[in-house]
Amino acid sequence: MAVDIPKVAYSGAIREIRLGDGENAVTVGGETSYPFELFDGEMPNPPRIAMEVYDAAPEGWAEAALEPFAGVTDDPAAWAKRCVDDYGADMICIQLVSTDPNGADASPESAAETVKNVAAAVDVPLIVWGSESEEKDTEVLRLVAETCQDRKLVIGPVVEGNYRQLGATAIAYGHTVAASTPIDINLCKQLNILLADLGVPADQIIIDPTTGGLGYGLEYTYSVMERVRMAALTQQDDSLQFPIVCNLAPEVWKVKEVKTPEAEDPKLGDQKKRGVLMEAATAMSLLLAGADVLVMRHPDAIDQIRTAVDGLVP
Amino acid sequence: MAVSGIEIFKQLPKTNCKDCGFATCLAFAMSLAQGKTELSLCPHVSDEATESLSAASEPPIRTVTVGAGDAAAKAGGETVAFRHEKTFVSPTPIAILVTDAMDDDEVGARLAKMDDLQYDRVGLTLAADLVAVKETGGDPAAFAALAARVSEAGYGVILMSSDEACLSAALDGCAAAKPLIYAADADNVDAVGALAQTYACPVVARGSGLEEVAAVTEKLGAMDLKDIVIDSGANNLGAALADQVRIRRGALSGAAKPLGFPTIALPFEMTDDPMQEAVIASALIAKYAGIVVLSDFDGATLFPLLLERLSIFTDPQRPMATDEGIYEVGGPGEESPVIITANFSLSYFIVSGEIESSRVPSYLLVKDTEGLSVMTAWAAGKFVPDEIGPFVKKCGIEEKVSHRKLVIPGYAAQIAGELEDELPDWEIVVGPREASQLPAFLRSFEA
Repeated sequence: MAVDIPKVAYSGAIREIRLGDGENAVTVGGETSYPFELFDGEMPNPPRIAMEVYDAAPEGWAEAALEPFAGVTDDPAAWAKRCVDDYGADMICIQLVSTDPNGADASPESAAETVKNVAAAVDVPLIVWGSESEEKDTEVLRLVAETCQDRKLVIGPVVEGNYRQLGATAIAYGHTVAASTPIDINLCKQLNILLADLGVPADQIIIDPTTGGLGYGLEYTYSVMERVRMAALTQQDDSLQFPIVCNLAPEVWKVKEVKTPEAEDPKLGDQKKRGVLMEAATAMSLLLAGADVLVMRHPDAIDQIRTAVDGLVP
Repeated sequence: MAVSGIEIFKQLPKTNCKDCGFATCLAFAMSLAQGKTELSLCPHVSDEATESLSAASEPPIRTVTVGAGDAAAKAGGETVAFRHEKTFVSPTPIAILVTDAMDDDEVGARLAKMDDLQYDRVGLTLAADLVAVKETGGDPAAFAALAARVSEAGYGVILMSSDEACLSAALDGCAAAKPLIYAADADNVDAVGALAQTYACPVVARGSGLEEVAAVTEKLGAMDLKDIVIDSGANNLGAALADQVRIRRGALSGAAKPLGFPTIALPFEMTDDPMQEAVIASALIAKYAGIVVLSDFDGATLFPLLLERLSIFTDPQRPMATDEGIYEVGGPGEESPVIITANFSLSYFIVSGEIESSRVPSYLLVKDTEGLSVMTAWAAGKFVPDEIGPFVKKCGIEEKVSHRKLVIPGYAAQIAGELEDELPDWEIVVGPREASQLPAFLRSFEA
């Protein structure tokens, strides 16, 4: 028998933006329907996965997360090269944790040097993520943006407190800003409007909704993203019609349920498999809520998500 | 579809007889309008009213119960497509597969996992719900014996077979436990529908695609069967997601009444890789599967899926809260630090996780702030000195430690002075603003 499935009245589309430059640039966005609902609209560009590289050797990581990067964790350029050559990374996200003023407080110059070295080692698009300290990030990301002005970076998190400086930097060098707000659709909208008023071109903005890991606030991020997509696609809200990036890896891998060895809590099962699935389930949920770029860590979780995406966007 | 409570009330007897269990006809009408109860609970309503209201008062997606008593699991009853609009109703029951080709030990090991793999979180117990018993050998006696073993062990059962004789034999033994019959399709709908009628059990309508499945649910409906679950037969994630979304949308709009039932998904029919199976399950828990059957699971696959299910089905309007009290992290003693935070469950999880990773045994005091985080609770007057003071005195921490130093969150630094007035015996220490800085703080802290 015939069944009547009503169509969603879409009135808007997500902007297409190009990240990086040259042969390996990637285009994300362009959706005209809710995520993967291809019977109703289009998703011309599949979601992309950026692999993480840290500017200092990680401490306290689960063994499973270190093992794929054995031998390169103290060399960001070699680490990035392994991600691209061995694990087929579409993009690299450099996490500048050592610049944290409450931590190692590395200088903007050393951060710029790190990014420059990574940029020389790989030619995929680069995301450069600060320490989430708004003043320090302003200095660090400005210098990084200037030093790597030939690479069309994504820089973030760009927040209400530093959007003027970093927005101006992005305009000057053609970089993309990851406009970051704390899991709130109204603040998200407001920051995008402020960036537009400042003159940041619409194809140089990507939304960072702030990502919660599985069991640690994922549901808040999930619902804010669904609301952002709903407003963008069905209410013609052009201040929300941007692709979305989710920096999920640090959130997933820092929680105790991932760090607990199986011997300590046998019910949680194999620690590596558990970590991989915690990351994959977080990534899958975020994709279904509208993520266009995922920042991920474990190559096995990435493989699983690639397979799933191939099934969703044939 | 949507009829207001007042419209319904007009057609009720208005006698307030309470026979339906509600105090007044109006209260009953309002509950009907929200799809929370059934018109049939009113013994006095007229036939005309029944006819005009029954279609409108039923929830757009039926709630179907699989299993009986403590083993019962509910699927369906959903009223929205997005969780921010209204809380999702029935957390996706997760089933583990056993077959008549497995030996006794394997079946036993799988049932043991149902009992062992349970997790406590925010006052809830997270666990798998059902056991899918699959026939592969065509032997009715063997299938019935396996079904009886599983249902007598106290689990809700899904009976999977395409052989009517096998289904009939199994139902003969365990129908009282209300198993879900899997499945009626275009070829066997009369016979399998008759079994569902005879044994009064819920039944799956299986078809390839929505048109075919709708034809099966229509036929089952014509046999007066209401407890139906849908399997659209998708064999890959893309098709499964498309079917799930279209079924939900068609049912909610009222345009596709034959699809107004919960769904069942079998990710193992979409992949041979157990890891990918879990990833597909995670997608379908988020997007609308009523029931998910897994070929197998262990702690490493089940735990992430249970956490995801908890996240998706939690009330988006109300923050999850942890119980007020003293939490011991890492086996503290009388010299151990005492740290206080709010009872927003994320505050609790993050702070206790950081204390754990610091390896400094500590007492964590969790103050009831109605689920609000530290900053919000402070602003709302729930994490303030005259609330915290009495709690610290009464909670019993003073008997547990020999010192009197209380670490408060860095974001609540402004209450330190007033809190010392409330707690004259205590020294108030302002801790770090971010939980991630707690390990470094605790390692250098002398209580």
